Amino acid sequence: MKRAFPWHIAVFLAPAFLIYTAFSALPLLDTLRLGFFTTHDSGQQTFVGLANYIKLLTDPDWSAAFWNAMSNNFKFFLIVMFVQNPIALLLAALLSMHGVRGAKAYQTLIFLPTLLSVVIIGFIWQLILSPLWGVSEKLLGFVGLADYFHPWLGDEATALITLSLISVWQFVGVPMMLLYASLIAIPDEIIDAARIEGASSWHIFWTIRLPLILPTLGLVTILTFVGNFNAFDLVYAVKGAIAGPNYSTDLLGTFFYRTFFGYQSQIGSPTMGAAVATTMFLIILSGVGVYFYFIQRKLQRFSF
Amino acid sequence: MKHKVTRAAGTGFTHLVLGGYTLLALFPILLVIINSVKSKDGIFDSPLSLPTMETWSLIGFEKVLAKSPFIHFFSNSLTVTLVSLVLILVLGAMAAWALSEYKFRGSKLLAIYMAFGIMVPIRLGTVSILELIVKLDLTNTLTALILVYVAQGLPLAIMILGEFIQQVPKELKEAARCDGVGEFKIFFQIILPLIRPAVATVAVFTMVPIWNDLWFPLILAPGEETQTVTLGVQQFIGQYVTDWNAVLASLSLAVLPVLVMYVFASRQLIRGITAGAVK
Repeated sequence: MKRAFPWHIAVFLAPAFLIYTAFSALPLLDTLRLGFFTTHDSGQQTFVGLANYIKLLTDPDWSAAFWNAMSNNFKFFLIVMFVQNPIALLLAALLSMHGVRGAKAYQTLIFLPTLLSVVIIGFIWQLILSPLWGVSEKLLGFVGLADYFHPWLGDEATALITLSLISVWQFVGVPMMLLYASLIAIPDEIIDAARIEGASSWHIFWTIRLPLILPTLGLVTILTFVGNFNAFDLVYAVKGAIAGPNYSTDLLGTFFYRTFFGYQSQIGSPTMGAAVATTMFLIILSGVGVYFYFIQRKLQRFSF
Repeated sequence: MKHKVTRAAGTGFTHLVLGGYTLLALFPILLVIINSVKSKDGIFDSPLSLPTMETWSLIGFEKVLAKSPFIHFFSNSLTVTLVSLVLILVLGAMAAWALSEYKFRGSKLLAIYMAFGIMVPIRLGTVSILELIVKLDLTNTLTALILVYVAQGLPLAIMILGEFIQQVPKELKEAARCDGVGEFKIFFQIILPLIRPAVATVAVFTMVPIWNDLWFPLILAPGEETQTVTLGVQQFIGQYVTDWNAVLASLSLAVLPVLVMYVFASRQLIRGITAGAVK
């Protein structure tokens, strides 16, 4: 018996498949391809193999800018990782304790900044940290620290750290919610059993609850990684495409933008841009690869 | 007795930390909104106090609404977000249903292919997306943004909706099939209404990144006619950095709709995030 072609499956799938393929999958593949080409003044593109990548990594002008953006990006990631996630863990642990009144309200309010555009958040902090307005100085004055005020966003040494802390401030709600959800999912019997054995809350947290939420911490890490190596808006909003002062806040995202579109005297190059995007793609992909390998094993270990 | 004291101290500490952090999370936003309704003197002389009779002034809002097409930016953002959202939800649910209900050759592979987009940011394909949009003659149109956002939102929507569709009891579908109900009717009249809570959840957190995006409006539709709120604010503030009234007012205007939305959707949103995490 011959079955009819399942038209309904095709109709259900086709629109999503076509749009996703045309505007996401194929452009990504095509970007990988374009990285091997060069653009001539006439607009023609010819195959040059790995020349773009060699230029990116060895040409003095390019490689200095590239490694600067790369190391800034790693610093940005590490600061966010080691400031944001411990704070998120602390907040989640406090929220998940039994009988904390107003836990829902705290969650809702702490999560709020996450929803606002990074651009708006960037401007708001720019105003607050501005020496012109003097709000930060006044606030520091309340606790007797006014002398420590400094235009943090304008100083090469502190601009990147300040931006990453702004990012921490905005996004701490996401890991907090994820960790909170996995903390309250731990069965009460396990905690009760430990308590009867005489374990303190502190001890229970480090030896039982924390190991049980390791997969969520892994998820939080990879989300932070992908998000930060793709960051652009905050630096662009606060510092523009030039990522000043003196490129000290340049991330791969802003470097990609400048390479692709050009700025001031430099002319943009789609093919060099594609090479930068491919490099970012490989970095993100290797992060995701490590995550899946790592988490897969963790999950297996804890499922028994 | 001693136990009770430590317990009370513990609760006190908990509320001190949580309350303190909440204050830190809200303070910058409140500060901007409060100062947006003050006169210039009020903004600089007493930035930390509420507006008084003397410092109250709406000059910033008057300037922004008169000088910049802010309302127009809003309608652009609204159009792009709503149309993208409807397409993501309908097309995503259809694809999720097809991938989880029918087993055909290559269905697993197709699911993996669609899921790939969850982890890889579509932004990395920008060079080619721009070329494609130019070829299709769609630069500076809202359609270009909608197509890209739909492609960006589909993978996550398909994954989450697929999980909910799998929880729909088999008997329901079998009974309908026995009665001779067609596949399309089963999907649109039985499945879609059943997964409504999941659809609402996906809607809320698909919407936020679209509304807030700067990158694609900046690259695909930077023209005055097609600017979204995020891009508009970015450019407007860039030009008027020194006019504090206007800057604070435009920041408030950009924040308020999101605040209003959050008041209505916060439960749905938080439930969605926590449900997605704990599997």
